[in-house]
Amino acid sequence: MHKCERCASPATVHITEVLAEAKFEEHHVCETCYPKYMEDSQTKTGAAITSDAGAELEEALFGQQECPDCGIKFVDFRNSHRLGCSRDYQVFQNELLPLLENIHGETRHCGKTPRRYPQTKLAEAELTQLRQRLKRAVEREDYEEAARLRDQIKTVEDA
Amino acid sequence: MNLDSLTEQSGEWLRASGPEADIVISCRIRLARNLSSFPFTNRASTHQKAEIEQYLKGRLEKIDFEPRLEYVNLAPLSALDRQLLVERQLISRELANSEGPRGVAFAGSEIISVMVNEEDHVRMQVIRSGFTLDEAWQDADRLDDKLEEKVPYAFNEELGYLTACPTNVGTGMRASVMLHLPALVLTKQIEKVFRALQKINLAVRGLYGEGSRASGDFYQISNQVTLGKSETTIINEIRDVVPNIINYERQARQALTRENHAQVLDRVRRAFGVLKNAAMMTSEETMDLLSSVRLGVNLGLIDDIDIFKVNELFIHTQPAHLQKLLGRQLDSEERNTERARFLRNRLREMDSLN
Ligand SMILES: [Zn+2]
Ligand SMILES: [Zn+2]
Repeated sequence: MHKCERCASPATVHITEVLAEAKFEEHHVCETCYPKYMEDSQTKTGAAITSDAGAELEEALFGQQECPDCGIKFVDFRNSHRLGCSRDYQVFQNELLPLLENIHGETRHCGKTPRRYPQTKLAEAELTQLRQRLKRAVEREDYEEAARLRDQIKTVEDA
Repeated sequence: MNLDSLTEQSGEWLRASGPEADIVISCRIRLARNLSSFPFTNRASTHQKAEIEQYLKGRLEKIDFEPRLEYVNLAPLSALDRQLLVERQLISRELANSEGPRGVAFAGSEIISVMVNEEDHVRMQVIRSGFTLDEAWQDADRLDDKLEEKVPYAFNEELGYLTACPTNVGTGMRASVMLHLPALVLTKQIEKVFRALQKINLAVRGLYGEGSRASGDFYQISNQVTLGKSETTIINEIRDVVPNIINYERQARQALTRENHAQVLDRVRRAFGVLKNAAMMTSEETMDLLSSVRLGVNLGLIDDIDIFKVNELFIHTQPAHLQKLLGRQLDSEERNTERARFLRNRLREMDSLN
């Protein structure tokens, strides 16, 4: 998950600011910093979005590799936040996986597939994941969540 | 397609016909898809974008799908016409303001639209009135299946549908619910709702507002996570939480009418009075006053005004709509004058029917 941009706590509040001329800005702050953020955002514009400390080093190490299809380097992605083609997900796999983990908390798809892909493999992936979540819920004695997950598992199994 | 005729009608999703339509304006499902054989839009040459457009246009017009979709090429349109489509939520601001070959296919009811050469090659969306997430998903899923029969998508088993931005990869789906929450704003409980939602990883965004302020008290709730959860799981998570917000808003409305009846009545009547009489009106003030009127209609404080008509005014008083109605470009001062005139006429018309 994201870190709060104002302190080191995990960010629980994710805001998309709608600025003038249809520009958007993403912000990630924790609950404690959120009221202050709201206060400041009435007057400010252009609050800096902090980047990870390791980003520069990472770029020096990996940033020069180039996608043979579309020609982008990972540093281009860092700057534009857009990939160049679908092959980039393989070319920059090592760099992208931690990022996906940060954004989504998961790194494996378990939703819809085009017909040409076997449905079963995906159901398996989702079941594995739901079972892990169920295990964690039971461990922390969150029985409400556990019951909900059991229902979900049943739905997936029956589908 | 004749875009001028759009201003005389409204999209189905504004009709306030769906369940809980006093609070839930609309539900939207958006799916991002890409063609496997082309670079993403931001990396495609003008020539490639033209090829992508030709390819998708042909297939979108031919797919076996009801309602029929009609393709509109956006590149030759005026900025005003593109803005009109943005205001009707048929295309994104990003697509309107970008360059090169691009377009949108949509059905006359305006429930379904498919953008071509947005950030992803294909962005299809379904918007429905009221609390109708499941129906919206069924439509989107069906359209996606039909298109997939004809178009090879960029997909891999690990990561799902591959998108230009990693925040959309996986399902490529953004499900959102637009809520009108004036009582929670008035009673200053809205931040509590925000915090509760953000804890469960749902994004909340003020609609139409600049910065973090929501004008018109409209809020949009949507999923942030697109990878590692199935579409149904994502939709269920939102569908489970919305009834709580609806209840919360209803309770706030009841408390207001019980404990502050005179103040609320005053607020609603003043809003109505200003809208019916002002000589100049900014877009933002219009939103805020219409929000009070909308609340008034839902609380039965204003009789016999159709909520659909109020919904419509939110859209029809926006800049491109006003300019299309008048048939000419207006500067912002003229717009404020014309907006006030338009509102006076419309509201007096409705009032005189009583
Ligand atoms: Zn913080
Ligand atoms: Zn590439």
